[in-house]
Amino acid sequence: MAGLYSGRKRRNIVWTGLAYAATVLGLTMLMIILATLIWNGFGGLSLDVFTKNTAPPGVVGGLLNSIVGSIITTVIGLAIGAPLGILAGTYLAEYGRNTRLAVVVRFINDILLSAPSIVIGLFIYELLVVPVGHFSALAGGVALAVLGAPIMVRTTEDMLNLVPNTLREAASALGMPRSLVIRHVAYRAVRSGIITGVLLAIARMTGETAPLIFTALGNSLFSLDPRGPMSSLPLIIYEFARSPYAEQQKLAWTGALILTFAVLALSISARALSASSKQS
Amino acid sequence: MSNEVNAPRPAKPPSANKDKVIVRGLNFYYGENHALKEVTLSLFEGQVTAFIGPSGCGKSTLLRVLNRMYDLYPGQRAEGEVLLDGENILSKGLDLNLLRSRVGMVFQKPTPFPMTIYDNIAFGVRLYEKLPKSEMDGRVESSLKRTALWNEVKDKLNASGLSLSGGQQQRLCIARTVAISPEVILFDEPTSALDPISTAKIEELLDELSGEYTIAIVTHNMQQAARVSHYTAFMYLGEMVEFNETNTVFTSPRDKRTQDYVTGRFG
Repeated sequence: MAGLYSGRKRRNIVWTGLAYAATVLGLTMLMIILATLIWNGFGGLSLDVFTKNTAPPGVVGGLLNSIVGSIITTVIGLAIGAPLGILAGTYLAEYGRNTRLAVVVRFINDILLSAPSIVIGLFIYELLVVPVGHFSALAGGVALAVLGAPIMVRTTEDMLNLVPNTLREAASALGMPRSLVIRHVAYRAVRSGIITGVLLAIARMTGETAPLIFTALGNSLFSLDPRGPMSSLPLIIYEFARSPYAEQQKLAWTGALILTFAVLALSISARALSASSKQS
Repeated sequence: MSNEVNAPRPAKPPSANKDKVIVRGLNFYYGENHALKEVTLSLFEGQVTAFIGPSGCGKSTLLRVLNRMYDLYPGQRAEGEVLLDGENILSKGLDLNLLRSRVGMVFQKPTPFPMTIYDNIAFGVRLYEKLPKSEMDGRVESSLKRTALWNEVKDKLNASGLSLSGGQQQRLCIARTVAISPEVILFDEPTSALDPISTAKIEELLDELSGEYTIAIVTHNMQQAARVSHYTAFMYLGEMVEFNETNTVFTSPRDKRTQDYVTGRFG
């Protein structure tokens, strides 16, 4: 008896130790990344970063056009991807379930979910850049939508699957039409989960470079026109990080810092949101 | 062994018995599985009818035919006749939502909607009536009073329905059903997830609601069937074995299987 117990105790200590070690390793990596970003990027933070456009070497520049460009392409991506993703997820969970179409859509979505983003960029390049003849923020937004939609399809479906059927039956038993059951009962029951999915997709979209290289291209000038090429933070980080000029490299660090903390803020607010709505 | 069921309640005088729902030759299939076989019975207006029988006997299935709940799922189908005030509710062109506004249902597990207590009730009402705020307030209040919940929730109508206890949630669900004034209310084991005190409250409620509403209740608890119902239907393996006044079913059943079941020999 005692031998059995001490054996279990030893094993427990070993595995618990390994779990702690893995946690520490992961967190250390994250801390090192954040520390490096702050170390290298924080010094570059100034009002100029947010008020001036990217500039050639030797001129004091900022990241205004890239920040605005990132916001615009992400908003375009979200405007296209979110309705698509949420509606497709709703179809899979509420209507399709195990029909053949749903199985196929789910399978393709899983593939899209893990598709290399550079491939998505090339695909949109062939579809929206080559026929038009020039790069555009719109094409970039579409590429981001293709990247973000599968995330939202998946989270929406998963969340709606958590809604107990008894709740749907209860709503139907009052004579509620199906569309209302979905909109007013099912969505409401898992609202925070669906919003979390959208925020995750936004975080993913804002951080991607590859889909934008062949689509939005980048732009050293300030532009609000989605029909033309547009700068964005990941693109400018990519460009400036390879630059031989120290001040551009510094701006790349600063851009990376801004991007990382913007995404971090989004993730934290997603968490806070789902935590607060669980209490209600 | 003597019958352990205490004083089954007497049925109301037969003169009061008007057929509200007539089930005739009903067969039900889950895909290939023949779950209800030639079931025939009546629900009398203003009376409580209990469906009893061992698990899998088809009593819940029968209940779910009465408001066509099975329609939500593919592969389930019913054949035969179910007449609500003479109209066959199994017919194809029937407006399901209208049917369900006339035949309400309360489930085994309390299912409050993820919204405020007030909206849990108002939401169903809004499907059918456009009421000004003051009238809606009145409707919410009267529904909650009807289900003896008003005093417990009147100060927190804007709290989430999910914040209530299990028994309160179930009474909220009954209030929600009553609020849209159905004619028939179906109860699918409404107390099996509740503690004894909450169960007693729901049973009192059933008693108060009978008369005004035609009620069908599925229950695993035979004492409950004896306490709350005027009529009892005993089902076994998809067949309606015996349907009669509750008193008769519990004290002098005609069928051997009914006798065995109500005396606790199987089930």
